Order: sequence, then C-alpha cells, then structure tokens
Amino acid sequence: MALLELGGVSKRFGGVQAVKDVSFRVEKGTIKAVIGPNGAGKTTLFDLVSGFLAPDSGDILFRGEPIQGRPPHEVAARGLSRTFQHIRLFSRMTALENVMVGRHVKSRAGFLSGMLHLPWTWREEREVRERSLEVMEFLGLSALSGAEATSLSYGQQRAVELARALASEPELLLLDEPAAGLNMRETAEVARLIARVRDRGVTVLVVEHDVSLVMGISDEIAVLSYGRKIADADPRSVQKDPEVVRVYLGDEDA
Amino acid sequence: MLVELFFQYLVAGLTYGTIYAVVGIGFNIIYNTTGIINFAQGEFVMLGGMTAVTLSRFLPLPAAIGGAVLAAMAAGALIEVTFIRWLSRPSVLRMIIITIGISILVREGALLAWGEGVRSLPYFTGDEMTSLSVRGVHVSPQVLWALATCLAVVLVLGAFFRFTLLGREMRACASNRVAASLCGIPTRNMVTLSFVLSAGIGALAGCVVSPITYTQYGMGAGLAIKGFTVAILGGLGNSPGAVAGGFILGVLESFSIWVMPTAYKDAISISLLLAILFLRPSGLFGDREAARLKEH
Amino acid sequence: MGRARYAQVAILVGVAVALQLLAQAGGKGFYLTQLTMTAYYTAAALGLCLFMGYAGQISLGQAGFFAVGGYTSAYLTTLDLTARRGEALVGLLARAQVLVARPDPYGGEALSVHPWAAFACAVALTLALAYAVGVPVLRLKGHYLAMATLGVGTIVYSVVLGTQRFGAADGLSGVPPFRLLPGVTVGGSAALRVQNYYVAWGLVAVSMLLFLNLVHSRVGRALRAIHGAEDAASAMGVHTARVKLHAFALSATMAAVAGVLLTHFNGGIGPSESSIMKSVRYVAIVAVGGMGSLWGTLAASAVLNFLSLRGTFGTLDDAVFAAVLILVMLFAPDGILAVDVRSALQALSRRARPSKGEV
Repeated sequence: MALLELGGVSKRFGGVQAVKDVSFRVEKGTIKAVIGPNGAGKTTLFDLVSGFLAPDSGDILFRGEPIQGRPPHEVAARGLSRTFQHIRLFSRMTALENVMVGRHVKSRAGFLSGMLHLPWTWREEREVRERSLEVMEFLGLSALSGAEATSLSYGQQRAVELARALASEPELLLLDEPAAGLNMRETAEVARLIARVRDRGVTVLVVEHDVSLVMGISDEIAVLSYGRKIADADPRSVQKDPEVVRVYLGDEDA
Repeated sequence: MLVELFFQYLVAGLTYGTIYAVVGIGFNIIYNTTGIINFAQGEFVMLGGMTAVTLSRFLPLPAAIGGAVLAAMAAGALIEVTFIRWLSRPSVLRMIIITIGISILVREGALLAWGEGVRSLPYFTGDEMTSLSVRGVHVSPQVLWALATCLAVVLVLGAFFRFTLLGREMRACASNRVAASLCGIPTRNMVTLSFVLSAGIGALAGCVVSPITYTQYGMGAGLAIKGFTVAILGGLGNSPGAVAGGFILGVLESFSIWVMPTAYKDAISISLLLAILFLRPSGLFGDREAARLKEH
Repeated sequence: MGRARYAQVAILVGVAVALQLLAQAGGKGFYLTQLTMTAYYTAAALGLCLFMGYAGQISLGQAGFFAVGGYTSAYLTTLDLTARRGEALVGLLARAQVLVARPDPYGGEALSVHPWAAFACAVALTLALAYAVGVPVLRLKGHYLAMATLGVGTIVYSVVLGTQRFGAADGLSGVPPFRLLPGVTVGGSAALRVQNYYVAWGLVAVSMLLFLNLVHSRVGRALRAIHGAEDAASAMGVHTARVKLHAFALSATMAAVAGVLLTHFNGGIGPSESSIMKSVRYVAIVAVGGMGSLWGTLAASAVLNFLSLRGTFGTLDDAVFAAVLILVMLFAPDGILAVDVRSALQALSRRARPSKGEV
C-alpha cells in the first residue's frame, strides 16, 4: 500500500480546469517530485492533498484512508505536513516559537490546562521545546532560535519553515517549491537537506520548478501540464519522454 | 383603514430608506476607491442637516442647503487629508478603528457646537400639515422631495462615473490603484475626491429628510451601521444594489413597528446585518467570489 | 518555569497595596472607589487583549458581554418572587437556597435569586451567547467581523435600553451586595470600600496570572500563530475555528464576570455599559497598550479609566478616548510602549510626501 495515493483527482475554478483526472502514488520512504510548467496545477494539487481545497472528484488516500475534503488541521494530525510556496512564517514570533507550533499535533495542553499551568504541562512544554531545538539543530539553525522569524534572510526563513514542518514528525512531507528564490549554492544545499530528511524516514513529495534539483534526488517524478499528468516514472525515463520535452521546450527542438 | 395604515408605514419606510440608500452609496464610493469602510459616513448626514439648519437662519433655504453640502464636502476633504492620506497600506483593523474614532470626534464636536437639541429644517414645500393625495394615500411632499433627491443622486453619480473623465479616473483608481497611478492618474486626489463626494451626497440626504426625521448630534452612528447593512445587502461596491437595499431595510424597519415595540427597531436592522453576514456576505446582488476576496 | 510571571504579578499586587495605603494615609479614601471600578474595567480589557492582541481578531462588542453579565445578575437579584411562592418551581428553588429572602427597599422582604446562583446564570448565559454568536461570526474576517461584533453589542444595547423589565433607560438599581466568602462582600457601602478594592484588584491579578500562563503555553502559541498566518497555523494542526471560538468565549466571560462584580459594587447597572462607546473604549485601551501586550493593556486601562472616572476629561470624555484611539492608530499601531521615538519622527517627515512605491 502506497503512503499517498491519488485517484482521478480533478478540480476546477470557474472556467479553469486546474487539475484534471490526476492519479499517482507515493511510496513510503521515497522522494517523489511533481514538476511542470507554470500554471500546470502543481500548487493546486498540494492544496488538495493538504486539505486547503476539496477536489470536485477523485480520492486522496493517506495510509489507505480517504483524506480528500478533510480540513488542513485534520490532515496534519494524521501525519502530513507542508511548507508553502510563498513563505508563511508566523510574524511576531521567534524562529523557535514558529518551530514549536509545528509540534502542535504532538502535544495536548489546552485552554484550561494552559491557564492553570498544570504540572503535566510543564513536562510537555519542555519536551516540545527540546524536540523543536533538536529539529533546528538538524537543519543547522540553532543560532537563529531567538530571532524574530520574519526578520531573517530569505534562505533562513525557508529553512525555519522546513524545521516547523518537520517538528510534527510527519510521515509525509509536502514541500512547495523549496528552492524558489534561492541561488545555485543554496539550491544544492536544499537538495542535500531533502535527502537527509528522507534518510530520517520521512517520505517527501516535492513540487519544484527547478528541474535540476529534482533530477538529482528524486526516486520518481510526475509531470503535470495544464492540469493533466503526462508522465510518471524514474528521473531518467522522464527526461527522455518526448511529451515532457515538448511541454518544456516547445515543438521545435524535440 | 388597514390599507391606509399599510401605505403610511410603506411611505415612512421609503423615506428612511432614502437616507439609508444614500449612506450606503457613500460607503460604496469610498470603499470602491480605497477599500476602506468609512464608519464616519453617518456623520456627514448629520453635519449636512445641522449646518443647513444654522445657515437657514440667515440664508434662503436653497442657499442654506447648498452651503451645508459644500461645508460637508470640505469636512470630508479635511478628514481625508488629515487622517487618511498619509497611511501607507494600513490594516483593515486600523482603518476601522480610525474611522470610528473620527466619527466620535465629529459627533462630540457637533455636540459642542449645537448641543443635544433636536433640530429640523423647514419643509421645502408647505409645512407638516401639507399632504398630497396619491391614489387615496396621503403623502407629504417632503417624501417626494426625498425620493426625487435619491433618484437624482443615483442618476447624477451614474452619469459622472460613466461619462466624465474624472469619473472614469476614479473608477480606474478603484479597479487597480497601481495601474491607475502608472497612467498618470493622481490617485491620492482621487481618494480625497471620493470622500468629498460621499460627504456631499450624505449632507444632501441629511438636509432633505431633516424636516421629517429631524436631525440630532448623535444620529450618525446608527446611520453608519444601517448604511453599512444596506451597502452589504446590495453587494459591497454595488450602488444600485445599495439603493434597493436601502428601501428594503427602510420598509422592513418600518413594518417591524407594527409587530414589535419601537424600542427594538434598531435591533431589526442589526439582525438583518448579521443574517446577511452569516448567510450571504456577497449581498443580494454582489459577486460571491469577489466578496470572498474583498474580505481580505 | 515561568518564575518571572509570578514575580511580575507579585509586583502588581505590591503596587496595589501601596496605592491603597497611600490613599488611606492621604485621606483620599474615595480614590479607592474609582480604583475599584477601574480594576473591573481593566479585567474586561484584559480579556479583549487576549482575543484582539494575541489572536489578532477584532471585537467591537466587548461591552455587550460586560452588560450581559451585569444585567443578568442585577435582574435576578432584584426579582421579587414572593407573590409566586406557592408555585412548585419557586418553592423548590427557595428550599434549595437558590432563592433567598433579602430586605427590599421598602422595609419588607423580597424573594430573589441568591447572588451566587445569579452569578452562575450570568456566566452560563454569557458562555452560551458567546459560543452561539461566535460560531457564525468568527468565520468572518476584517471589517465583516468588526461589524458583526459591533452588531452583537448593539443588539444587547437595544434590548436593555428598550425593555421595561431591564429598567429601560434608567437601568436596574437596588442590586444587593454579593457575599463571596464569610467576611468578603462585594457591595457599595463605605465600610466595604477597602475589601472591595482588594477583591477587584485580586480579580485582575488572578486574571493576569491565568492569561500570562495561557499566552506562554501551547494555546498561546496557537493564538499567535493564527494572528501571524492563519492558514499556516491550520496546516500545522491548529484547529483555528475552535481556538478562536474558545478565545472569544474566554474574552466574553472575563467581561461578564467583571460586569457582575461591578454591578454588585455599584448597586446597579445602566444601558450605557453596553454602548458602542464603551466597546470602543475597550478597543482603544487594548490598542494603546500595544495589541499583544497584557501588561500594556493593564497600564493603559488603569491610567485611562482612572482619569476618566475622576472626571479629568470632563464632558470631553468620549472625545478623549476617540482622540487617543486615532493618535495611537495613526502613529503607534503597535501600541505606545512599542514606539521608537526617533524612527517615528523620521517616519513623520517622510509621510508628508509619497514614498517610493506608494501610490
């Protein structure tokens, strides 16, 4: 059973068919990439999987259970975490606090226990803090923990967002254009990071514009064009697929 | 007898409906140009009526009204230049709070200037006893003045926005501020103009209904809420919708007195507001998608 | 864990005690009455700070909840059910001590609801209202949310103003004192003045502690996350609708509790407690103190409310709050304490001309 399975997922917005009858699987412990030209429907797909949108038709199964149409917080509670194309860090909070929010699904303290500062919450808070620091250290961000998150550099913010997504110990991590806005050196660093994440046992589904990034690290690549899936195979085969070449380069030099 | 009563309530509802409609239109003009909900909108109505009453003591009525409208327009411009102009990308909350603060200041200023007393302009034609008989229903000519004014406002504004260069520039500004600015349109002045226009029509409405509904320093806040209700009911930004909304609210409110103690009249309009916000924030005639986007 | 918090609250208590002793010593015992009222308004403002400052929402209806609390307890404790003593339910409640006899203003005896029972009703009613209203209202954002909360507050105002049972324009009076514990009574007589001062500020101190705890906990982070980026918060597992709802209910309940106690202290309540102006004041106070700052709100509330109650602003009371609100929103949207004076002055000179990129 694949960790994530999409079956015939479609979504339209008014006159635009953003995603049309897309099916694919993501096997546990792998890195799968979804690529395609602008407007191919990649981010819409992410929004559908993570619960921000509900598909018009089709199923999305996570660990065999349907999650299509479930709200984002529920999807997160099941073990799925994501980052955003345009960084969405929490303003007015430090980097560490941002990451600690990532641990929300792994903790329980509510309004009453929070207000009364009950003893069992002390242990939980400590654990949340320690795990968050651990994740930040894994990504080399320890020095930034006290900084106000939105005051960091772009690359650092991306890393913090990744740390936040990892703090919940997800089974499946959705990365939405992790290399957007990064230079070549930073992109290579991101690639290395993603591989390390996979090595920790997290399955990764990454949407990316930068084809070189995904070629290097992905086990499988799915290619979208105008909402349809036109290829789904290992990197080598996808590279040679004539349809893919045509979509990316145009008809002249196929 | 019952039919007569029905029509009396209807006419009263339409009369109040004109003010609500005009306040709603005022909201829309400013909202369309700036995205701001101007809570001080109701105060322009009050200022118009009050200023006209004061001016009417030594000027003939038409001049007094004209003067009041001009004064309100000046006030609108002053408010915009003093408080709004220099905010850069303010948050929604900030703008709401600022305009609420402005409305309170204007109200307190009015209290200082005119006291707590209730004033009214004299009837434009005849007096309070005059009434025309329209198909057996007795209607004060003032009501007809009010309806005519409302119609005139809608038509003139419609023509202004459609056919004049300035009107088109304002629409461009409302549609896409950056693009308008790139086309050489002085967007900051367009914002001021939107306040001036809203203030002017508000003041005019305030003058024309003053003989019937009276004018008092504190009438602005209630009008603002009802004007907002009306603007939303018609679809925020949609002025003909606001007119329809205004009459609907006015009539609803009027008939509610029939079944409920007068004291709860305000609760009616607010319940309507809440109902719209919960069930259909895009209003009766608004665009659903646009409404969702505009919330942010 | 959180030792700084306890120290800060201890300082607050210390300041309160010092003020009380100073007032006594200086012969200005009557200041205590105003300080007591200030404390109750501060408690309501703290609740709002949690909702507006930390969760980043808008509520222009806080005064409505304050009034729901106050009016409920006022109404129930000034009822006279003596005439209905024969009825089964009334008899049962009387035997259960829910209804008690109290001396009425005319020298006789009235059968009213026990203040504790009335208090419980007030809180229950407020919670019910907050949750009922909150579910649809909190789905809204921006000016729709502001208007909806304003609408709720205005409905409360219209209802209390227009209903004879609630005293209409005169409000309710003759509210009996509330005996919290043996020896601790909330009421208006001069003999109880010092007691009441400590009860009121005690409420504030306890609230501060609870709220500070909350803000530094998992829920506090969730609230701030909602404020920072609501959809990202949702993606991280925060049930944003529910968290906002609970925060709203908490804020409302705080206002209601303050309303109940102030009503017993004053011996009555009037419709003006639920007016738009009062709601605007609460917002002004939270804004001045810095949206996300409990201590800032406390300081702002203490100062502004005390001055207002002492009559310092005279007839311009409302105007002063409005002016303060506007000034803070124009120049220091993050609150007065957060203002960096030099950069503010720089910003002022820059604002006179359109800056780069601004249209």
